[in-house]
Amino acid sequence: MTRESLLNIAVLAGFLAVAIIASLSGQPYLVTLATKAVILGLAGVGLNLALGYGGLVSFGHAAFFGIGGYAAGILASAAQNYEPLMTWPMELAGTTSMPIIWATAVIAAGLIALPIGALSLRTGGVHFIMITLAFAQMIYYFAISWPAYGGEDGLSIYVRNSLGALDTMDPLTFFLIAFALLLLVLALTFMATRARFGLALAMARQNPLRLTSMGVRPFRVRLAAFVLSAMAVALAGALYADLNRFVSPSMLSWQISGELIVLVILGGVGRPLGPVIGAAIFVLLEAWLGHLTDYWQLPLGLVLLLVVLFARGGVIGLLTGRNANA
Amino acid sequence: MTATLLIEQLLNGLQFGTMLFLMAAGLTLVFGVMGLINLAHGSLYMVGAFAAATAAAATGNFLFALVAALAAAALAGALMEMLVLRRLYRRDHLDQVLATFALILIFSEGTRWVFGSFPLYLDVPKALAGTVRIGSLSYPAYRLAIIVIGVTTAIGLWALINRTRLGVQIRAGEADREMIAALGIDIARLYTIVFALGAALAGLAGALIGPIQSVQVGMGEPVLIMAFVVVVIGGIGSIKGALAGAILVGVTDTLGRFLLPVLLGTVMEPSAATAVGSALASMSIYILMALILVWRPTGLMGS
Repeated sequence: MTRESLLNIAVLAGFLAVAIIASLSGQPYLVTLATKAVILGLAGVGLNLALGYGGLVSFGHAAFFGIGGYAAGILASAAQNYEPLMTWPMELAGTTSMPIIWATAVIAAGLIALPIGALSLRTGGVHFIMITLAFAQMIYYFAISWPAYGGEDGLSIYVRNSLGALDTMDPLTFFLIAFALLLLVLALTFMATRARFGLALAMARQNPLRLTSMGVRPFRVRLAAFVLSAMAVALAGALYADLNRFVSPSMLSWQISGELIVLVILGGVGRPLGPVIGAAIFVLLEAWLGHLTDYWQLPLGLVLLLVVLFARGGVIGLLTGRNANA
Repeated sequence: MTATLLIEQLLNGLQFGTMLFLMAAGLTLVFGVMGLINLAHGSLYMVGAFAAATAAAATGNFLFALVAALAAAALAGALMEMLVLRRLYRRDHLDQVLATFALILIFSEGTRWVFGSFPLYLDVPKALAGTVRIGSLSYPAYRLAIIVIGVTTAIGLWALINRTRLGVQIRAGEADREMIAALGIDIARLYTIVFALGAALAGLAGALIGPIQSVQVGMGEPVLIMAFVVVVIGGIGSIKGALAGAILVGVTDTLGRFLLPVLLGTVMEPSAATAVGSALASMSIYILMALILVWRPTGLMGS
């Protein structure tokens, strides 16, 4: 077993331990903090599929994070206000059932990511970064100026959505739900990167010409990675909206896209658990620095700068001293 | 809707476009010459605006405020380049995005620390406080002055790049950096100068916009994203493209906000037309960019 896989197991076990101990010792704030890290980690794992494995620097994944959030917000607020979701062409009611909300979030994000990815992947390099940013901004401004779903004010979810008979308002229960989904997505991405698809994706990043000569079109592999990555991020978005019981256009803002990239790089690009570790560090730094000073983004910026300049390979690279093999 | 109103909106679009050009010119220069994507360009715009507001409050002289903005932004840009960015030229775009994102956090929070969260205000200079009559339209003199300054700067920049020794070096640096190093030109110094020049233009834009909007932390990022749209539409590295893109984006955005609700009002009920129109208008430049990239993936004047 490599040092990296040992570290991975330790990190996941650590998450679980922190949440359970914090819950038993009556510190729900810490449980919520751990839940936030798990959800952001899940989003980072999704982004890493495009960014790390596929080499597609998307600066617009906040769009999918927000779409997931709005899926949760719109379905839940319709159900809670006893208003139909739509009346034409058929009458649809909202729902507070988490699995239906997750499925809606994932499918909606996939459907929107498909044309965005297909158009964006016509370009590369800096153009790709900019056009993904532009699409995200488009959706952001749409959410702000469209009055039906709260516009700039966003939507509140009065009671956290339900999953079977579980008490989702209990911090530890909600943490465990998010954690289970993180494990599921981690397992899926792990399998995907080991499968034919993952190998083709790695080759599309390293040597697209060679992939083409093997009879696989890089465009389709990249598009699949982009769409799958968007779907995972949307799942995280739906959970995030449920965690805060609130969704607003700020979930779609470009700062979120930037923060998601930060998580991935902080932990280590192209490493399975890099984003999870990155998210844990990010949330801890945010909480700790926010406690020390009102101007916590200043030291956060300095830390990030030092990581980029001196700790290539992220924190995992520092700890294990090996290059990512993805 | 009268022709006068339309001309007024067109001029507003032109004024917004020249502003965007000042921002986009620096971005595209830095893209073109150093291959660097700089998210912190909006911070330099903010530095310029804050420097102008502070200098104007201290001296009451707008010209002095402009000079202070240029100097402060150029200095901040040169420092940014020498301390951080020059280590990133050979890195991939991902590292550049992250490092300059970190710089935004540092600049924004640093500014909030020094100046507080309340916006500062900058007065329109007295000589330009009135309006100018153009036919039946009376247009604010200050906005007209911004257009004039923007056009003058564009011509000056064109002359600098095409008619001076520094311009030759910049163009050569774009084409082949090893070669011009071999010819005995100090590449590091050239890069710092190019960066400071771009920073000064961003600072100028920030100072000029000060009297129209309020000067506050976070003012740079919306403009930065629009300037990116301009650069991508125009073609990365092309100053001419940046000018064309800036005017196109400025006019599209302004006219879209004005015309779309009116046009939609002819086919919809007024409240729906306002909602759909304003939603579409705020998305219009991004739709424009997507269309142009689908048509020409390297932008209007990109190679």
